[in-house]
Order: sequence, then C-alpha cells, then structure tokens
Amino acid sequence: MEVSVTVNGTVRSADVEPRTLLVHYLRDVLGLTGTNIGCDTSSCGACTVLVDGRSAKSCTLLAAQVDGADVTTIEGLAGPDGLHPMQQAFHECHALQCGYCTPGMVMAAVSLLDEYDDIDADGVRVGLEGNLCRCTGYQNIVAAVLAAGE
Amino acid sequence: MTVTETPFTGGIVGKPRLRREDPALLTGEAKFIDDLQIPGALWLACVRSPYAHARITGIDTSAALAIAGVVAVYTGEDLADAWAAPLPCAWPVTDDMKNPAHYPIAQGKANYAGDIVAVVVAESRYAAADGIEGVVVDYEPLEAVVTIEDAETDRLVIHDDCGTNVSYVWELTPEPDAVTAAFAAAEHHITETFVHQRLIPTAMEPRGVAAVPAPHNGDMTLYSSTQIPHVLRVMAALTVGIPEQKLRVIAPSVGGGFGCKLNVYAEEILCIVLAQRHGVPVRWTEGRTEAAGSTVHGRAQRQTIELAADADGKLTAVRATLLADMGAYLQLVAPGVPLLGAFLYHGLYDVPVYSFTCKSVFTNLTPTDAYRGAGRPEATYAIERAMDALAVAVGVGQDEIRSRNFIPTEKFPYDSPAGLIFDSGNYQPTLDRAKELIDWDGRRAEQAERRAAGSTTHLGLGISSYVEMCGLAPSRTLAALNYGAGGWESATVRILPTCKVQVVTGATPHGQGHETCWSMIVADQLGIDPDDVEVLHSDTSISPLGMDTYGSRSLAVGGTAIWMATEQVIDKARAIAAHMLEANADDLEFAGGTFSVRGSPDKEVPLAGVAFGAFTAHDLPDGMEPNLQAQVTFDPSNFVFPFGTHIAVVEVDEATGAVELLDYAAVDDCGNQINPLIVEGQLHGGIVQGIAQALWEDAAYDADGQCRAANLADYLVPSAAECIDMKLDHTVTPSPSNPMGVKGIGEAGTIASTPAVMNAVVDALRPMGITDITMPASPMTVRRAIEAAQGGSA
Repeated sequence: MEVSVTVNGTVRSADVEPRTLLVHYLRDVLGLTGTNIGCDTSSCGACTVLVDGRSAKSCTLLAAQVDGADVTTIEGLAGPDGLHPMQQAFHECHALQCGYCTPGMVMAAVSLLDEYDDIDADGVRVGLEGNLCRCTGYQNIVAAVLAAGE
Repeated sequence: MTVTETPFTGGIVGKPRLRREDPALLTGEAKFIDDLQIPGALWLACVRSPYAHARITGIDTSAALAIAGVVAVYTGEDLADAWAAPLPCAWPVTDDMKNPAHYPIAQGKANYAGDIVAVVVAESRYAAADGIEGVVVDYEPLEAVVTIEDAETDRLVIHDDCGTNVSYVWELTPEPDAVTAAFAAAEHHITETFVHQRLIPTAMEPRGVAAVPAPHNGDMTLYSSTQIPHVLRVMAALTVGIPEQKLRVIAPSVGGGFGCKLNVYAEEILCIVLAQRHGVPVRWTEGRTEAAGSTVHGRAQRQTIELAADADGKLTAVRATLLADMGAYLQLVAPGVPLLGAFLYHGLYDVPVYSFTCKSVFTNLTPTDAYRGAGRPEATYAIERAMDALAVAVGVGQDEIRSRNFIPTEKFPYDSPAGLIFDSGNYQPTLDRAKELIDWDGRRAEQAERRAAGSTTHLGLGISSYVEMCGLAPSRTLAALNYGAGGWESATVRILPTCKVQVVTGATPHGQGHETCWSMIVADQLGIDPDDVEVLHSDTSISPLGMDTYGSRSLAVGGTAIWMATEQVIDKARAIAAHMLEANADDLEFAGGTFSVRGSPDKEVPLAGVAFGAFTAHDLPDGMEPNLQAQVTFDPSNFVFPFGTHIAVVEVDEATGAVELLDYAAVDDCGNQINPLIVEGQLHGGIVQGIAQALWEDAAYDADGQCRAANLADYLVPSAAECIDMKLDHTVTPSPSNPMGVKGIGEAGTIASTPAVMNAVVDALRPMGITDITMPASPMTVRRAIEAAQGGSA
C-alpha cells in the first residue's frame, strides 16, 4: 500500500506491506537509521519519534497509521546552526554513553518539555519512564533535560 | 614501578572533558549493526526450542520453504558437517572439567528454551520471521533440570556424554589445617547463605551479526555487535575452519555490552557458514524477547560464606562455598566467572587464612557467562552481607566492624590470604567520607526516632565497602588459572607529517568513551590538542592486535600500552630534535609540545618540526628509521585493585513491602583519573545496575524451565522514575601496577551497590527478626518475609 508521510519536513511516499511498522518504514525504507529498536514490547522507547509534534514509539505504530502525518526523527532535530538545545544539553551533561537509547531519549525529552514548560526533576523522571537507558543511571539525563529547559 | 603522583603535566588529563563520541550518537549518524546497509543480504532467523528440554523427533521445513521470500531452511543435521569445531569455551578451569559439545544448531535434543533447532534464510527480515512460523518441529518434551540444587543431585543428567551435571569443582585453600583451626578457635562463627538470582544483562542494543563474503578470493568480513572483535576472529576462524587471515571482524558502534557481548555466539558462526554457502551476505538481528534465550545471563549462584572472628569481631578466617549455574552449555568464559571472584570473598579485610570452593553445574536454562563485575559482585555481596551479620553478633555498628577489619594502609602491597598482591589501598577514608555524605549519624537518629514512634515506614542504612581486582590480566596469572589466552593489550601511536596523531588500540569501546580518553592521554603527553589525536579501533584490519574490552581492563592495560607507545615516540622525537638542534638528547626538555635545550631557551624545535623531519627523512641521525611511530604490547605485572565505600538509605513500607531508595552515597578510589566525567558516568550507571539486582531484576524461571521475564515488559530494568540522584566523591590512591597509576572503574559501581542496598533493606527490618531478604527485594518478597517474621502465613 502507498504511504505518504512528511518526515523531517519532506514528503516521503513509498509502497509498503500493510504490516510494516513505522520504525521499519523509517529505517529500512527511508534509510533513517538514527531511530533504534531496543525491544518488542513497547517498553524501552529507543524508537521514540515525534508524530505531529508528540512523542510516539514507532515500533508500536504501523506506517499506514501515520499516512498523512508529520514525523520528526532524530535526524531532523539538529539544524544548520548545529545541535538542538536538547542534544547540546545531553552532550554537555554527559547524558549518554553507548548512545543506543539516546535518539529515543532525546525525542521523548523534547516532547516532554514541549508539553510541560515548568517541570522539575521528579517530573522529568516520571515523564521519561517509558525510555530505558542501561548506561547512565539517568542522573545526567535528568540534569540535561532540566538544563535544556532553562 | 612506583607511582606516588600522576605522571601527567600537560593540563589535560584529570580535568573533565566532554566526549567526542557524542555528536554522532546524538544525531543518529552513528552506525550500529542493524543500521548497516548491506546490498543483497539475506536475513537469518532462528527457530528456537520452546521447551527447556525436549527430544527433537522430526522437523518439517516444507511449509516454510513455500513462504514467499524464504530461500532456505537448515536443520542441525543439514549443517552437521559445516563446523570445524564446537562453539568455544576458552576457560577449562580444571583438567577434568566437563564441557559438552555445543554446536550452533542442536541435533536430536534441545537443552534449553532458546536452543536453536533450525534456521531460515530469507530475502527480508519479515520473510525470515514468516519462515520460522512455517517450520514444524516435533518435540518429545523431557523433564527439565531447572534449579542448581536439582542439578547437583544428578537425578536427571542433561548431557549423557558427561555422565553428570557437575561441570567442575574448583578449590582454593592454601592452608586447609589453618582454616579448620581458625574456625575451631573462633569466638564468633557466622554462616550465611545467599542466592544471586539470574540476571539478563540487557544491553540496550540487542545483538546483531552480518557476514559479508568475497567468494572468489575467500575473504570474509564479519560485522558483529561484539565487545571482542579480536578474540572473535580467532575463535570464529577455528570454529568455522577458515584461515584467520581471511577473516576480518568489525564491531561497528556497539550499544552497550556489560559482558553479554563478550562471547562467541551461534548466530555469528551461522552467518559466516551460510554466507559462504550462499555466496552473498547473511545477517541477523536479535529480538529482545529472543535475547532471553539467545544471549547469556549473569550471576545465578548460591553462596555460603562463613566468617571466623575473635571476641572483638576481628576476622580470623573466611570460607566460601559456591554452587554456580552454567546453564545448558559452557559459553566462552563462563567457567572462569566464579574464579574472578574466588580470591575476593574476604573483601578488603585483613584475614589470615582463607578457603574457597566452587561447584558449577549444568541446568536446562540459558547459558550464563560474564555480566558486569563477573564474580566480583558475587564475592562482595557475600562478604558485605556477612559482615553486617558479624556486626550484629559482636554488638558493634556496621561501620565499626569494617574499620576493625580493613587491611591497614601500611600493609600495602598486601599479600592476600588467597595469594594475590593488592597493589595499593587506603580504605578508612572512603568509609568516613561516605558516612559524611549520607549524614550517617543523622540518619541513624532518624531511624531510632521512627522506631520509637512505632512508624511502619522503616528506615534502613546499608554499607558496602569493596575492593575488586580488575585490569585483566597478567598473562602468567591467567595461565595459572587455565585461561586460554593472555591478558596483554596492544597500541600503536603514530605521528603524521602534519603533527596529527593516530592511536591504534586493541581495546574495543561500546559506550565507555575510549576515543575521548585515549586522545587526552596522548595529547597530555605530547603537548598537543586532543582534537588532533584520532583513535582507531574495533576493526581487525585496522587494529590487528588486541584482547578487547571487559574486566575493567581498557585503561589499566590498553591505556598503559598507549602511554608507553607515546613515551617511545617522544624518545625517538627527542633523538631527532637533538640532531636538528645539534645538542645532546639528554640536554633536551620536552614541554608544551616543544623540545628545547636546557639553559639555551632560544634553541628549540616544536614537535611539528620534528614530525615533518621524521616524515621527509632528509636529515635523520645515521641509521634511524623514518617516521615517528611506536607499537607496544603491554602485559601487566599485576591486577589493579580499586576500592571504595557505598552507603544506601532505604525506606521499607511495612504495609506493602515496598522498598524506596531515599539516598545513596559512593566514595570510590580508582587511582589517578583520566577524565572525571567518564568516571562519574561509569559509576552512575554501574551503581544503578547493581541496585537493579537488589530491588527489581529477576530472570525467574518456572518449574518447566520457561523464563517468566523474557521481555522488557516483565524484566524490570529500572527507568528514571525508580532511580535517584547519587552523591559521589572519591579518594586517589595511585596504583603502582602501571605508570599512569590508574585502576579500572567500569564495574566498581555494580560490585558495590547491590550489598549496600540489601544491607539497608535488612537493616530496616532487623528489629522484626529478619536477617535476610532474597533478591530482588520486591514488595511481595518483603511483605512475605514480614508476615513470616510476624508469625503470619507466608
């Protein structure tokens, strides 16, 4: 079936099997491999992208479900002037190690701050509950999100 | 080698430096294994036994072969002649160790849920997944051996050719009579039995493999999400039977390892063999639920520890006895994992005599192997939990019992009762500082107030002081332990014509920030900008020599090789500079990237000038080779022994059994720090990983050998919501084992935190008469313990 999605500002159309997951559409069809897959139960959040501005786990959506929608992936975050403030904050706070959860974590954090402009550390911790990181113990991630929000 | 201070004077080492690895990872530019675009690749999918133990009575592949996109299906019989050797176990810890042949595809019988019984090769990942649904396997389920206690009885023997479920018994008791005498004379004899549940390492990136053949010249490139491309190359070449020089192994960006990617796996061998057979690339990416059966687990042992002590609580002997679960087969270093803890069951305490015995058994469960800390978390847990029991028996505080027994600072280097030499240590300051950070006295007072007021939310304080041995490892020591390889590491440092630097290392990062740290070391030595230092790694064609990354070895062994190679480069540069300046090399100073003649400040040449001179070779001293380059293979003379004290404060809700972490302080000593930012990050993550064992994670199996937590919905890897900010500090006691005075820090947090939290949980509940809680201390487990203690039904 034909699926047409605006991805990082560009309309992308492709003929895919109806069962194609959004994450596989992004990775395998469009070659946007920054969005990672860490589980098969919608638990880890590595595949988080923005769908119409809100964070969504792209392993839990079919590509067909976002036909006509606006999707932002990690590749669409940095601009010509460099890293997005959230990416920059993750860098400066040492909020990543292996980096596998990072694209999803960053996208979830961007969405979180977009939703709550006055958020504290506990709010960040609860807000990122759906994104797992095995390396950092989260302390620096929380610090980075708070720093990006300032 | 004696180190009293840091050898670094360049102003770069020792200061936090942001990571150069970050931009690629933050933007999605980094390429993990599944990100690789490999034209023409076929996809592998594995049909895995759903039974823990079953005879395979028939496999019908016809329906699978009829599925669109499926290219081939192979059973164990189909590929029986494809292997030159079984999957390797490189650590036969005893001469009579039982090691059943373990092939990539089972034949005749599946021995754990997850054992591969057939594989599908297809044109896409979706078609491969469809294909495995079409393979019909007839099983005759057999009774499974699920517990180590059951395994030990040999009531049901898993591997007929072994004749027993016991793989090996390994003992270390240097003075048996003295141990017996110490226990006979002991005023206090503490006996504690603890269980380390199975854990699923859960690197956030699942494993993946791609084998890319060049059929006409016989080359094979193996991409794998592995910690050990160098070890894998040797082992895969031997297992498949292709010449080592024809196999190139590349680890792309690797999304965490924690030991579970320190292995040689069936899927790696299968992809090579099937790529050879089909003449096109074959790739596989693991699913998370699949991983519960396809990637090794960790811990899984029962330990009994006995302490002998005098009336003051001064230890006179320690005896530890283990029963360890190897799972269904022996993976790469699994038998040696208990040995990495075998020398440390007396912790950082001065104990005259010592005894350790480990019996390891097979079960019908996923194989186990190294997991962050590998043996040392288990040892630390045993001694630190037992020390709290001793404190209670003697009637002193948990802090006091430790202070009474710490190895005195003046005894270093310390000849341990297990036969090690602890390189350096100064333990009491870490306890003092951790108590300060956590407000020990204030928290104790609060605990007393709550108890006096009859509160049902109980406060608990738990200490864990630890020492660990890492920086694996002196090759001769490994030989004494029957390990099948050495423990050296290799480095090449090369200054390019424009005075930029290439560092080639055999260490293989998967999140540690090696590139940043290695560039700092070399830049500090050479007086140049770290950004001018490129670090090359993780590809056996670029870095042919290496022993890879595990056991907190990369800095202490691999970093030392880099440091030494850079010193050699400086020595050569000095000789060239002396020639250029017409001075004696001994009269030259090297600072800030410039050679100058002592006493004649106008006579100087920058390193860049020397580098270009070495490149053009127009005017080198007679007999000197062109170029500035040195290659060093460093084999350490000893392990390094980081140490520290962690303290946890928890609150246990009597009504629900819920444990909440209130505060956590950690004071660690890893000698000289290269990049404090990295040290802090390693500790944060390590501590949480250890806390997760204490409170949440459990690869529990049912009586049929089915994992009840095979996915991330059921296996409780903590999220940010369960974790808290930790308070860190450090002391600095340089290691004399290497010229930089460094020790490892990658595993320290995990080693220390589990017993700190469990001691805190038990401390909270001790007034009820509770002396142990089985990990993880879930609300149900805690609540049942409370009910049992209160005389109710469990």
